[in-house]
Amino acid sequence: MASIEGALLDFKRLDRLAAGEMAIHRLDPRAKVLATLVFIITVVSFGKYELTPLFPFFLFPVVTVAAGDLPAGYIVRKIALLCPFALVVGMFNPIFDREVLVHLGPFGVTGGWISFASIVVRSILTVGSALALVGVTGFSAVCSALERMGMPQTFAVQLLFLYRYIFVLTEEGARTARARELRAFGKRGKGMGSYGPLVGHLLLRTWERAERVHRAMLSRGFDGRFHVRRPFRFGVVETLFTLGWSAFFVFCRLVNVPDLLGSLVTEVFR
Amino acid sequence: MSHHIVEVKDLRHTYPDGTAALNGVSFRIHHGEAVAVIGANGAGKSTLLLHLNGYLVPTGGEVRIGDFPLTRETLPEVRRTVGMVFQDPDDQLFMPTVFDDVAFGPLNLGLPPHEVERRVMDSLMRVGAEHLREKPPHRLSGGEKKRVAIATVLAMSPDILVMDEPTTGLDPFARRQLIGLLKEFRHTRIFTSHDLDMVLELCERVIVLREGVVVADGPAREIFRNEELLAACRLERPLSMQGCPVCGNTARQSEDITRKRKEAMDE
Amino acid sequence: MHMADALLSPAVGGTMWAVSAGTIAFSSRKVRRELDDRKVPLMGVLGAFLFAVQMINFSIPGTGSSGHLGGGLLLTILLGPSAAFLTIASVLVVQALFFADGGLLALGCNIFNMGFIPAFIVYPLLYKRVVGKHPGPVRLTLAIMVSAVVGLQLGPLSVVLETWFSGISALPVSTFLLLMQPIHLAIGVVEGAVTVAVVSFVHKARPEILQGALEARPIGVHLVRTVLIAFLAAALLTGGIVSWFASKDPDGLEWAIARVTGKEELKGPEQGLHGALAALQNKTAILSDYAFRKPVAPKNGGTQPGDETTKVEESRLGTSVSGLLGALMTLAFALLSGFLLRRRKQPAGRAGN
Repeated sequence: MASIEGALLDFKRLDRLAAGEMAIHRLDPRAKVLATLVFIITVVSFGKYELTPLFPFFLFPVVTVAAGDLPAGYIVRKIALLCPFALVVGMFNPIFDREVLVHLGPFGVTGGWISFASIVVRSILTVGSALALVGVTGFSAVCSALERMGMPQTFAVQLLFLYRYIFVLTEEGARTARARELRAFGKRGKGMGSYGPLVGHLLLRTWERAERVHRAMLSRGFDGRFHVRRPFRFGVVETLFTLGWSAFFVFCRLVNVPDLLGSLVTEVFR
Repeated sequence: MSHHIVEVKDLRHTYPDGTAALNGVSFRIHHGEAVAVIGANGAGKSTLLLHLNGYLVPTGGEVRIGDFPLTRETLPEVRRTVGMVFQDPDDQLFMPTVFDDVAFGPLNLGLPPHEVERRVMDSLMRVGAEHLREKPPHRLSGGEKKRVAIATVLAMSPDILVMDEPTTGLDPFARRQLIGLLKEFRHTRIFTSHDLDMVLELCERVIVLREGVVVADGPAREIFRNEELLAACRLERPLSMQGCPVCGNTARQSEDITRKRKEAMDE
Repeated sequence: MHMADALLSPAVGGTMWAVSAGTIAFSSRKVRRELDDRKVPLMGVLGAFLFAVQMINFSIPGTGSSGHLGGGLLLTILLGPSAAFLTIASVLVVQALFFADGGLLALGCNIFNMGFIPAFIVYPLLYKRVVGKHPGPVRLTLAIMVSAVVGLQLGPLSVVLETWFSGISALPVSTFLLLMQPIHLAIGVVEGAVTVAVVSFVHKARPEILQGALEARPIGVHLVRTVLIAFLAAALLTGGIVSWFASKDPDGLEWAIARVTGKEELKGPEQGLHGALAALQNKTAILSDYAFRKPVAPKNGGTQPGDETTKVEESRLGTSVSGLLGALMTLAFALLSGFLLRRRKQPAGRAGN
């Protein structure tokens, strides 16, 4: 089954990127999480017809990807595959919203198309920043950042466990699915008749694994509480990073930089 | 805890679904001994191991570790004394990084941070895995996972090491590395394994289980020469004790060769 | 169907975030109080199971398409509401971060739609009532089917409402509902059937797993009520606060406010920059009159070109062209800076390695 293995490989790749050693990787994860949150909130706070003011926001994901030395092509491909739901729903905007808002020479552009374009740009920005965040921070670090920002420990532990065993169980799932695939011909053998027991088996094995993990925890003195060391430090660099980006986002939220720039240029060449 | 004795007296265990896994197992293992518990699949090996650190409660009989009987009160002490390495290291390594995982036990013991740090580094050094400290477990190879799993147990400074199928799933090089490592330990060691050549190399003594009973308990070489017993227990001689089909050496000759090779390696 | 950031307004996204975060805090406390430390690894590993299972497909007879298990209901049956909610939420967090299913702001909505609904609405109010204490196979099947179908009607309904309240999509609610609900009726039936198959398989192989879940103390009615009341309160409060702020921004008023407040708020080096830009903006005032944004009255969809815009009709073209030009320039600048940054970094990176 290509899809499940492909997804796993993809997952592992993004995970490996986070092990980078660039300066941005070494920042306290809280700084990166905070900046990303401010970014997303400012981006989605624009009105539905606001398109051009969104463009300065590309600076954040682009700079993060560059500073983290992440493979840009990979991130772009990943973004391109995403958000089918938003796009499908957005496609209806041009159909239902036909008021012409802008004239580009002889062409009239309707509000629907503008808001659709805005949805697309928003998708790219929000998805891109989330991917960039994981790529330069790593999942466990994002979790510990959230925990230190007030997320309950039970949930943080849950996220860490989940993350650890995704690798184990997806491989197990992929093996099981492959075993079925190899003995299924065409659609036969891949229906719900085989799916129920397949998932059931996987579930039982999962359950047994949980029991073994629990045993391993007990044998090392687990008593229901987690003691985790915290190597992070929110220093001057982190403060500057968070405040700097946030100031930039707020500034771009309040001032339409592209319009200013554009009118400046058209003025000059007039 | 001067002598790290493991004593099992008439141990019985019946699972809730009615399967009787152990029907009166008794033995005594002394300080510094390396003992293998062998037997066919379903003979009760894993059930036996799970009693040694109190994960399963006996239906009948008794387990004594050192000077204590295993009870609810002595459980924490026993779990520190008996270090368990499970068969699948993926079950044992559950924390985000190798360091966190090795530190899990010492932190649960309530040790101060610098002591935790020291123990983690010592144990990782011991198994030759100090370069892996910041790696997440899912990015380790099979052999690395196994060694780190052993380090997680060493960090608790146990007196007794219990290992379930230590060599399963390792490539020959990683297996050889692991055997070398286990040879260095001076702990009381108890293994279960189907890798009888490893057993022959590591253990002086073998306990054979069949259907939940001890059918033989004695020096490894003696037991491995008893064809009748081995056949009855669905076992066979270690390959190094069998005649070589290619060069025509007899069993005795190949045993000598193995011993010489071993001695050469030990030097 | 994951809700997406791009369709959300901050008010709706923020509200759902608050609700989901509150429920996570509540469930975490509850799970910790249960003091069943077996659940720690169990929840983690079952979350990974859910993740893996959602990637395995089966073919749906007669349609040529394929589906997979959603699993929210299955987990709730196995783990009980609080633990299941945390498990589902954790899976959604990973999906949002790694596969960007939806995005980070939409995470609150997704946790609500796919976690809260099955665990705290469908399970206690429907499943538990139908299934009773000692269910036979027929009753168990019935309970699962009904719960799956209802759960998968409520989820999409919630997606539609969240989209509608956000007002980014122009799709009318009725059309949207007609598109979503019937499809999800079919999906619900399939989900129910698969859940029944898995549950009966587990029931045969290891009955004690399900028995434990069935005999678990049912969560009291008062608990459900507490959660629902807390949810309503959180929704009203955050919705009110956020929309109070948010309602000001799309109508262009905020530009004026920003011009007033901006200078005072931005301090240090930005002040100079901002001052310069403001001056620049004054110089080009005729062109940058934001005709592009003026006619917009977004929330109610209608656009009323005021007489002010007719006055600047001439400059409209200029503004929109300049706006697009500026947008392209900004984009180019962003990409270029990334490129330059990387060029500069690379040798350093290599030296570091």
